[in-house]
Amino acid sequence: MGIFSPGFTGRRREHVPDLPPGQYLERGFPVLTTGPTPHIDRRDWQLTLTTETGERRSWNWQQMLDLGPEEISTDIHCVTAWSKLGTTWRGVPLDRFLDGVETHAQYVMAGCYGGYTTNIPLQESLGRAWVAFEYDGRDLEPEHGGPARLLVPHLYFWKSAKWVNSLRLMREDSPGFWEQNGYSMHGDPWREERYW
Amino acid sequence: MTAPWVPATLVDARMETPWSRTLVLDAPEARPSLAGQSIDVRLTAEDGYTAQRSYSLASPAGTRPIEITVDKIADGEVSPYLVDQLGVGHMIEVRGPGGRFFTWTPDLPDPVLLVAGGSGVVPLMAMIRTREAAGGTAPMQLLYSVRTPEGLFYRDELDELAARGRIDVRYVFTRTVPAGWPHQAGRITRELLADFAMLPEHDPLVYVCGPTGFVEAAATHLVRLGHNPLRIKTERFGPTG
Repeated sequence: MGIFSPGFTGRRREHVPDLPPGQYLERGFPVLTTGPTPHIDRRDWQLTLTTETGERRSWNWQQMLDLGPEEISTDIHCVTAWSKLGTTWRGVPLDRFLDGVETHAQYVMAGCYGGYTTNIPLQESLGRAWVAFEYDGRDLEPEHGGPARLLVPHLYFWKSAKWVNSLRLMREDSPGFWEQNGYSMHGDPWREERYW
Repeated sequence: MTAPWVPATLVDARMETPWSRTLVLDAPEARPSLAGQSIDVRLTAEDGYTAQRSYSLASPAGTRPIEITVDKIADGEVSPYLVDQLGVGHMIEVRGPGGRFFTWTPDLPDPVLLVAGGSGVVPLMAMIRTREAAGGTAPMQLLYSVRTPEGLFYRDELDELAARGRIDVRYVFTRTVPAGWPHQAGRITRELLADFAMLPEHDPLVYVCGPTGFVEAAATHLVRLGHNPLRIKTERFGPTG
């Protein structure tokens, strides 16, 4: 008999090859938010990009759609140890918001309705990050970040900021909300970059 | 920088309801807790297989032994073991406590509004007990929604604190009310919150904990009543669709 938890057998094991270290498979979609869910109407929605020199661009909902959304099928990994495999989304690639923008920025600070912030490395996120507004074939629910959230699935999901409304380009890295509160600046689930 | 797993011995246990159990755990190597924090629990099977879950602490900040209250989930993997099987004297492993955001410290002078759905009362009870241990005077209210009277955790302790005027408690029963209860069964409404809760003008710190749907509803009502969203801290559990 082992030292710990005598008599514990656990559930029938499910072999899941695509899980990063320390993650378990989740079938539902947990909601982790530190405060109330903001309820933002698409008609009032706006996303603003600011470059490191202060140049600004904004998109309303229709202008965002005009950039050309695409379908995304991806696994997502939350730092609280759940992962969902094969989730489907629709969103506009981050690259499209940067078309024609002159920048030497290496990082982006995403800001949100409700005040949340998170920092994302720019170069490695091109082609791997979206402003997503549909999940599983439906409008993204407010509690999951609707009307639109960032989707940066190659990093832990706290980087996929809900209710995103600003992108600030930065030359130097700078911590967002959770990064100031003990979480990794980068957050690669495959390297288990959970905490400082 | 993740805290290491450390051993914890079950030194006492009591049933809070027919399906939930408070575990009193002696974990000498665990870090001191803040009110509102949770701890990871790890179980290991004979063949080395492990399963871990996170549980809110119910015991006051910084005290030993620590207490968690576990609600048995019928098809759960960890909770049935903790509620039905783990015996006094047996050991498990714990890590933490962790979580820095959903916490309260008794030096804060602000009035506090606690809103609990079901087992979401556990971290809020840690706040109530921490305030008692510190002899705190910050005004405190608890609105506690639960399906049936049998499902209430910590009822005797809460009633006793309410009787002494230490805390203002209101139970909301969503399915069945006790005999002679002055209210009907039903969910928390905006009107009920407006009637019971501290006014936004008093700028309370608000802690809302419970299942996702409950927290979404309660926090949205509070914002619409005029409470500052930045003063409302939430903790949700359980998945949505």
